[in-house]
Amino acid sequence: MRIVLERRLTPSRNMQYLSPLLAIVLSLVTFFIIFVLSGIDPLKALYIYFVEPLTAVWSIEDLLVKAVPIILIAIGLAFCYQSAVWNIGAEGQLAAGALAGSIIPVMFPSLQGPAVITAMILMGIAGGMAYAAIPAILKIRFNANETLTTLMLVYVANLFLDYMARGPWRDPAGFNFPNSRPFSEGQILPVIAGDSVRLSIVFMLVAVVVAWFLTTKTMTGFKIRVLGLSPRAGSFGGFSRDKMVMLTFLISGGLAGLAGICEVAGPIGQLRTTVSPGYGFTAIIVAFLGRLHPFGILIAGLLLALSYMGGEGAQVAIGLSDQTTQVFQGMLLFYVLACDSFIYYRLKFVREPVLDAATVR
Amino acid sequence: MRRYIVALGAAAMAAGMISGAQAADKVKACFVYTGPHNDGGWSQQHDMARLAVEKHFEGKVETAYVENVAEGPDAERAIERLARSGCNVIFTTSFGFMDPTLKVAKKFPDVKFEHDAGYKMADNVSIYNLRWYEGRYVQGQIAAKMSKTGVAGYIVSFPIPEVVMGIDAFMLGAQSVNPDFKIKVVWANTWFDPGKEADAAKALIDQGADIIVQHTDSPAAMQIAEERGLHAFGQSADMSKFGPKAHLASLIDNWTPYYIERVQAVLDGTWKSTDTWEGLKAGLVVLGPLTNMPDDVKAMAEDSMDKIKSGELVVFKGPITKQDGSVGIADGAVADDKTLLGLNWYVKGIDDKLPQ
Repeated sequence: MRIVLERRLTPSRNMQYLSPLLAIVLSLVTFFIIFVLSGIDPLKALYIYFVEPLTAVWSIEDLLVKAVPIILIAIGLAFCYQSAVWNIGAEGQLAAGALAGSIIPVMFPSLQGPAVITAMILMGIAGGMAYAAIPAILKIRFNANETLTTLMLVYVANLFLDYMARGPWRDPAGFNFPNSRPFSEGQILPVIAGDSVRLSIVFMLVAVVVAWFLTTKTMTGFKIRVLGLSPRAGSFGGFSRDKMVMLTFLISGGLAGLAGICEVAGPIGQLRTTVSPGYGFTAIIVAFLGRLHPFGILIAGLLLALSYMGGEGAQVAIGLSDQTTQVFQGMLLFYVLACDSFIYYRLKFVREPVLDAATVR
Repeated sequence: MRRYIVALGAAAMAAGMISGAQAADKVKACFVYTGPHNDGGWSQQHDMARLAVEKHFEGKVETAYVENVAEGPDAERAIERLARSGCNVIFTTSFGFMDPTLKVAKKFPDVKFEHDAGYKMADNVSIYNLRWYEGRYVQGQIAAKMSKTGVAGYIVSFPIPEVVMGIDAFMLGAQSVNPDFKIKVVWANTWFDPGKEADAAKALIDQGADIIVQHTDSPAAMQIAEERGLHAFGQSADMSKFGPKAHLASLIDNWTPYYIERVQAVLDGTWKSTDTWEGLKAGLVVLGPLTNMPDDVKAMAEDSMDKIKSGELVVFKGPITKQDGSVGIADGAVADDKTLLGLNWYVKGIDDKLPQ
């Protein structure tokens, strides 16, 4: 007897939604087994990872703070991925946004107030957009593979950020250490809830709702999806592929730039040599886990933030390595992609080998 | 009324307890690392000291750590988490944790904080660092004795005072043996990247250096020196096993005595905010093991270390000439700590332009 994957006639709607849930369950089961094998009480570990962070107000606040940039970026990436534009360089667009948004606070520290913060945010968004426009133009003009160009441009942006923080923008009163001057109070997003939840959470929620409206209720959202599913059908419909490539890049770059400036003019409070511990890459997992749907992304982003928080808690409470968190996140993406194949394929148990054109191994 | 008196008494007792003025039976000492706890260099040396603390105070001190903590908001959260989990003293072991440490310290006035490599203090924040430049000076002397080409290759991370201080001290040591000694410098722009460090070592060797010294953390350069039959100095940890024939002397961070002293102070209730910058004398910086060198070089190195410990030899004592020929430190003057901590010029004879 063999097991084969057989193509479904129509993609399974059920699997579309079951797949991420199945992936989460499979990850948890695998996690459970890993804990048992390494001699750790699995129930206690899972509790520390996924429940304990939700039992204290401060930790819920921190979870939200962590989730905001990830969700902002993932919302933007979802536009790209829906139209089959593989932008994996949000990390670099985030750095570009942080840099552009920091021009005012670094060079004109005396300018402060709501108008200045607004200008900083707009510049951050513009910076991320401009940086994302580079791979967009390269793709439109020269058909350059955006997976490569966006990834490579991450390193360019990060090294440029590093250079600025160590060189021209180094804090003159900072003993030659590589940071910009700390931003003034009137150049930092205000805290709107608790100790640490800043205005950026509102931007995030607005982005989720606007993205939902754009994708489900407007012609633009429809065009993006059609061109993603079938570029040929799109062009028969008179939709411009090039325009959509540029548009999706600008949206995702702008949102990544917004995440960048919100981090710098928020929890960090100054420009540093690195401003993100990989949010731009984590957001890729979040986008897929959330089915490229804004509300799904919201939930997935909170889940990933939870795994970060739980990972830290587990280090302190039971001495579990930080790598465990990365293993969990990697596993999650792996299972989502694996389960996604069941949207288009079904498992079939065959008694005898069959040679059939419809069978795909 | 009676009720109020009881309540007042309880409040007074509670106030007494949290003022931390008296001895504690049990202490929880916690650590925040920038890399993995077993990175083979910087963080590992801190973690070894943590284990040594646990062993030294068996049963009385519990420890915990958070590793791979990125600078910025993550650091603040990690430190805060430790503070909330009942740590009495928290060691934050990277320069980039400076502002997060101060922010959390403000929120938790009863927890003691110890920040490594920064310069901002508070009532409950001590700072501590090591005078590596003392060991660098002796490395320079060894290099000048051992080198045939009279050129050392120096792999460096970032142009911060700490690093510049090391290069200058190394050169001063080398010039004390051979006034014509040369140093070539490669900026790797990383603290840890074996690939880049190995490339830097190869480039330096191709330019005529026959001794490699590094201010980066991986043993890659040591391995290249071993392959090419040349010599190298180890960094952070004892790297002699990576270059059995190449290794001369590793500049080792030994945090154990400091950590034991500070945890003891917390146990005794005598902890105060302090500014510690110690080197060879306190045993926090160790240059060793001295391998692959003739006895006379070894004797010279040991003699210099003794003189530095006794104060007879001061590394940054004038006259010291800057690279451009101007006076760095006047004849007979000794650079104070403030000058050293902001050092941003090369001494004469270094073949490199300092990135500004």
